[in-house]
Amino acid sequence: MPATAEADGATGTSPLVAAAAELAARAREPASRWDAEGHVPPDVLRALAATGLLAADLPSRHGGRDLAPADLGEVAAHLGGVCSALRGLLTVQSMVAAALLRWGTRAQRADWLPRLADGTLTAGFAATEDGAGSALGEVTTAVEDSGDGLLVTGRKRWVTFGESADVLLVLGRHAEGLTTVLVETDRPGVHRESVTGQLGMRAAGIAHVTLDGVRIPADHRIAPPGAGLSHVAATALDHGRYTVAWGCVGMAEACVADAAAHAATRLQGGVPLGRHQSVGALLARSAVRAAAARELAARAARARTRGPGHGVTETIMAKYAAADAGAEAGRAAVQVLGAAGIAPDSRAGRHYRDAKVMEIIEGAQEVAESHMAEQLLRRFGAVT
Amino acid sequence: MSRGSAETLDEITRFLTEALRREVGPDDDYFALGLVDSLFALELVTHVEDRFELTVEVEDLDLDSFRTARRLTAFVHAKKADAETAPVHAGDS
Repeated sequence: MPATAEADGATGTSPLVAAAAELAARAREPASRWDAEGHVPPDVLRALAATGLLAADLPSRHGGRDLAPADLGEVAAHLGGVCSALRGLLTVQSMVAAALLRWGTRAQRADWLPRLADGTLTAGFAATEDGAGSALGEVTTAVEDSGDGLLVTGRKRWVTFGESADVLLVLGRHAEGLTTVLVETDRPGVHRESVTGQLGMRAAGIAHVTLDGVRIPADHRIAPPGAGLSHVAATALDHGRYTVAWGCVGMAEACVADAAAHAATRLQGGVPLGRHQSVGALLARSAVRAAAARELAARAARARTRGPGHGVTETIMAKYAAADAGAEAGRAAVQVLGAAGIAPDSRAGRHYRDAKVMEIIEGAQEVAESHMAEQLLRRFGAVT
Repeated sequence: MSRGSAETLDEITRFLTEALRREVGPDDDYFALGLVDSLFALELVTHVEDRFELTVEVEDLDLDSFRTARRLTAFVHAKKADAETAPVHAGDS
């Protein structure tokens, strides 16, 4: 047995995990309504931010709570198990915090991190564009030197909580290479357009954001030009994949529970639904996927305890498996629940839609496969 | 200096050759040659930090330092020399 909880990636030591569980329990009933209405009430978002959960893995010297990767994972699983939008807020805030922690200057960290940690500031990650999804190297948003500052011009799409974020980490193109800048959303030239009716993540405040010659101070650039995608955005995305993975574990487990509860009690031809062999098989397959995803996520947690930069590939694998588990368990749960599964307020239906989105964001499944295959070729292939 | 340049260059070249699955010369710019995927830049930073027990800060992110094995070797030695002469950091906050 491992000697320490950390070596095991074990959890349950942090009161923040219990706080997340409580918060999730309160969100369980209204989450379907938030989904239907297309937003989480602002006071709920503010309350979540104020708990300090959103960037709790930051070191305490920056105002964080030193939350270990495994505990952060449990927090994401609790939130994701009831409401992907809440988990999404955690994901984007902690992505931006992770990128700033790793690649901010001392002054930038001191300026931004405490406010992200205590939730007085909420952040969004603005990378995707019309012509740049999985291939973020194609972004065209311009970041130009202008006097003693910078001028940002472009259009970003699908920014999670872009509707409400106070500041955006924007990936753009400078004469000297791809770069990342922080843009406060109250600056002149920032226009936000809410996205509605998309397949999933309907309550996640998704917005398209137009940056129309937005002027920012030079000290809002994170890392030198050239490092914007390869270092800064890559660090953010790695962190994002980690909390998405755990959020999907939560979704998959919730779908298994809902499907099993229904199959145990609903009678079909005088016997419980779950006694029908084909229904039992759906439950079993979902349960295996969910359990496997949890173990891969725990494996990623262990790898990440070694510090920044560690566990990148393990996290990709976990996110890949967990998004698949969420989508498949969601599909199975909708099937088992029947008409109740396709109802507008169906939790399984919502998880199914949200999990499908998780198979696309933070690196589509196919991109993850390419990376994992490349790692295998590296390990087992000959040097040419 | 605790480690000879030739030894460091050799180690870095070996890591690159294994990671990129082809012989990498001391002056090959593996980024310009298109040999790396989107996650390699971070992986290289992490490897250098672990192997040579140093921390790559944002101030070190002159990407020219990371382009070739020879430049990376020079960076590692400069960084180690800094660490030996600079006062002890109380933390990076």
